Amino acid sequence: MNRLNKLFQDKKDALLSIYFTAGYPNLNSTLDITEAVEKAGADFIEIGFPYSDPLADGPVIQHSSHIALQNGMNLKVLFQQLKDLRKRVSIPVLLMGYVNPVLQYGVANFCDSCSEVGVDGVIVPDLPMYEYENLYKDNFIKNKLSNIFLVTPQTSEERIRKIDHLSNGFIYLLSSSSTTGKNLTVSNEADAYFSRIRDMQLKNPTMIGFGISDVKSFNKAAEYTRGAIVGSAFVKFLDTENAMERIPEFIRSIRP
Amino acid sequence: MNREFIKSSVKWGVSKEGYFGDFGGAYIPEMLYPNVEELRKRYLDIIYEPGFQDEFQMLLRDYVGRPSPLFHAERLSAKYGTTIYLKREDLNHTGAHKINNTIGQILLAERLGKKRIIAETGAGQHGVATATVCALKGLECVVYMGEVDIARQAPNVARMKMMGAKVVPATSGSKTLKDATNEAMRDWINNPVDTHYIIGSVVGPHPYPDMVSRFQSIISEETKLQLMERTGSENPDIVIACVGGGSNAMGMFYHFLDDEDVRLIAVEAAGLGVNSGESAATTALGKEGVLHGSRSILMQTEDGQVIEPYSISAGLDYPGIGPQHAHLFKENRGEYVSATDEEAMIAGRLCAELEGIIPAIESAHALAHLEKMVFTGKESVVICLSGRGDKDLDTYMNYFNL
Ligand SMILES: Cc1ncc(COP(=O)(O)O)c(C=O)c1O
Repeated sequence: MNRLNKLFQDKKDALLSIYFTAGYPNLNSTLDITEAVEKAGADFIEIGFPYSDPLADGPVIQHSSHIALQNGMNLKVLFQQLKDLRKRVSIPVLLMGYVNPVLQYGVANFCDSCSEVGVDGVIVPDLPMYEYENLYKDNFIKNKLSNIFLVTPQTSEERIRKIDHLSNGFIYLLSSSSTTGKNLTVSNEADAYFSRIRDMQLKNPTMIGFGISDVKSFNKAAEYTRGAIVGSAFVKFLDTENAMERIPEFIRSIRP
Repeated sequence: MNREFIKSSVKWGVSKEGYFGDFGGAYIPEMLYPNVEELRKRYLDIIYEPGFQDEFQMLLRDYVGRPSPLFHAERLSAKYGTTIYLKREDLNHTGAHKINNTIGQILLAERLGKKRIIAETGAGQHGVATATVCALKGLECVVYMGEVDIARQAPNVARMKMMGAKVVPATSGSKTLKDATNEAMRDWINNPVDTHYIIGSVVGPHPYPDMVSRFQSIISEETKLQLMERTGSENPDIVIACVGGGSNAMGMFYHFLDDEDVRLIAVEAAGLGVNSGESAATTALGKEGVLHGSRSILMQTEDGQVIEPYSISAGLDYPGIGPQHAHLFKENRGEYVSATDEEAMIAGRLCAELEGIIPAIESAHALAHLEKMVFTGKESVVICLSGRGDKDLDTYMNYFNL
């Protein structure tokens, strides 16, 4: 059991996770933001490692990835920065990014490095289930890393069952099929989809992400799942004045 | 049902899992999975429906103008001292091979019940070919095109607009083909139900590379028949094609893959020179990795960030190649070489002067390789003239001060 599993087991209230891009706005802001987000009360953190061609992302995260790369961020630098992670941060931390940088770093090396610095899970949206299961799963299990899969309203029940079987952390529900940064669609269809998933009684908990930006969308997510993930809204917030000092204010604007 | 239609090579074709050797697969986020999976499950069944084949072949004949001629280029032959044929894809409706694929995919999209078509384009040839088939079928069409390419291929932008397509500039990254492809994929993520994405080359997640090469395989199918008629033998000694993503080359290679004494030569764009830092010579500069949904060879940093390519030719300005090409390259079934901007421009002009054919700058890269070959005089060489040079007149004019 890793920190993430324990969190889902122990905490009963709606969970809030914050995503941001490593190396943005400054190369060395990664750990400071991580620490500040924990202090402000978030339950876990997703640190994005940047990629030149983030095709599942909207303009906000495209921009943060671009700046982070310009600042010199890459996986080697990130793992170096995270060496002191567990001296400063105790909540679960996940890394999120695209598969190509991971392949170049080496999947086995990547999983080892995650475990060395105390990362609990990984979200790689373009790593296919087939390749994960047949080539890489053992590296994840050996390092007690949760591999997080995404589900959209179009994902079939059979596939969701398979994802549930392969998952060991939580399942990441997209509010709709979309790139990051769109607003959560509050509609009858979305309700029907969320309750359909809830009624499947999956073995893994679920969280809703993509398009959560305020109390209303957070509460909506918490109605059906264990909580929500905020990404683009936080990355956009980091661009505002005195953002570092105002992180608690941001967290309260999502979960008062 | 005619299972002989577009037969796939057992040795070089795609595996059940969507791989060509180590390359291929479908490295896509879950948001794209339902669409790609629907396509994977159904593409072969649809292609093998008799109604599909009839309509596909009728349109290739009556609309595209196929078969495209195989032209014995006598003055080029005399210059290089061997027998050179040009496979005239430039004479297709819309001026390039790209329409073979868009005809196939629009018929497929129709049968999948899709109402809206999206595409990426570099040189604009694929965008034009997509806008064309959308007009033909009355479907909505949105084409993503890098801002830089919109500027250097203005006539094609106008053609797309004239046929009712919406051209959306891609403004991220190098603002060329790679970025247009990212934007098209983002569009597909955000429109998961009614939209079909017509990819323009043998790239993308499985089943695209296999599907597009099947639609382009008409190039080598005809070449075999035409050579047989002409020479009594259906195989040349050498075939040459340029490679951006690799669709005209796959079409040109397709029915020769199993005839291993036919040399397959693929010419990539070296830009200002392979080691100049301004190049698109993927096999020379690239490493294995994942781009646009498949595992292949791509130009990237040590950290796995995609390197912006450069070529004077918008259609070859792409940092990857299709997975089947990566396989042919790794297994040495194909010879992967490159030509610089300058070599291509000179070859393009030479072809115009000697044969009265102005080639697309993409195709001129294939012609440029003739300069580097040594012939005994007995070889027959087929070059895929993938497109005509009308769209490139501005570039030719500036380059040669015409
Ligand atoms: C005339 C022509 N040839 C070749 C290409 C390169 O594409 P591919 O390698 O897929 O044939 C293009 C692309 O736009 C083109 O317009």
